[in-house]
Amino acid sequence: MMEHEAWAQRIQRLGQLGCAFFKIGPSTFGGGYAMIATLEREIVQKRGWMDERQMADMISVSGSAPGGVAVNAAAFIGYRLGGIAGAVVAVAAITLPTFIIVSLLSLLSMVFKDHVKVIAALKGVHAAVIALIIVAAFKMWKSSILDTPTLLIAAGTVALLLFTPIHSFYLILGGPIAGIAVVQLKRRAGMKVRTEKQQAEEKRELHFPEYYI
Amino acid sequence: MLWQLFWVFVKIGSISFGGGYAVLTLIQREVEARGWASPSEFQEIVALAGMAPGSIATNAATLIGYAEAGIAGAVLATIGVILPSLVIVVAVTAFFFRLNSNEWFKSSFYGLRPIVTGLIIYAAIHFGLGGRSEPWISWSTAGTLLITAGCLALVIKYKLHPFAVIVLSAAAGIVLF
Repeated sequence: MMEHEAWAQRIQRLGQLGCAFFKIGPSTFGGGYAMIATLEREIVQKRGWMDERQMADMISVSGSAPGGVAVNAAAFIGYRLGGIAGAVVAVAAITLPTFIIVSLLSLLSMVFKDHVKVIAALKGVHAAVIALIIVAAFKMWKSSILDTPTLLIAAGTVALLLFTPIHSFYLILGGPIAGIAVVQLKRRAGMKVRTEKQQAEEKRELHFPEYYI
Repeated sequence: MLWQLFWVFVKIGSISFGGGYAVLTLIQREVEARGWASPSEFQEIVALAGMAPGSIATNAATLIGYAEAGIAGAVLATIGVILPSLVIVVAVTAFFFRLNSNEWFKSSFYGLRPIVTGLIIYAAIHFGLGGRSEPWISWSTAGTLLITAGCLALVIKYKLHPFAVIVLSAAAGIVLF
């Protein structure tokens, strides 16, 4: 009997997780920023599933792991609250609304593909996406370019991408290596290295930097 | 085909540090190398992906999956791009704590973050300049510049929500082009 109740409780928790993330899904527009405020409201304030401290852990993990911050946050919270099943349910639930919206867009675009004004609208959106990428680059710049070596790394990355056929994989592999090398060299030279943007400089919004797109 | 779609997006998902914009160029490269989309088709995919909520990389995966293999393709490509995130986040959450106070971890990200910045800058350059068939000085280029500049002003100065910016720019596109 006890076991039966535990199962019922587990399934209920999974259902709640699913509902919560299904609702959050559509608000992940434009990336992590807006989403983290929504998450905090839903998970910390409304449901009391996690406290502020756990939220901070969540933000650091989901910003560092590959992938979009929304999906990573869902995986983290889902796992904490419901184990692997919880993580899978939360990730599926946060992805589903977007998946449906994208599918509809895809259908619509196929139907109206050759309509002149649809092409014009898409062209406008394309210009807006370029602007959003520039904004993302600018914000990421603020939290990543801390000194001359980081500036050189970023400039080198752009130059390599522009002028050589290098695959991004090697750049991403090279990042941590360069980072560790620079920090070690600087230490050896007796210099102090700041590896992160100082907390004091950051306002609260910067706390969930920029990285999360 | 389905298996290949899945596998390509698993690979992309595993190195998608910095989220969507940083991997756009990588997706384009993988997709064009396999003949799944031409440069101009890819531009269209990016515009559509930008119109929906969620990561632009995941949305692009869904769209490419659809175009290549219908619903099954869309589902597999989407799962493929998300799966590495799920596995990595669960593993990190289960095994770790306070990775971010570890020196090696900090140094790694000190080096990785500027790389991601570079990838995003390149994506902006690439999508700003690439895939055009028109001459440089044309109504189309001027219109694009105008909309991009307007969107930048709206987002940075007036903190307009990205969705509002997308809707406005679609309207602007209809008027201008």
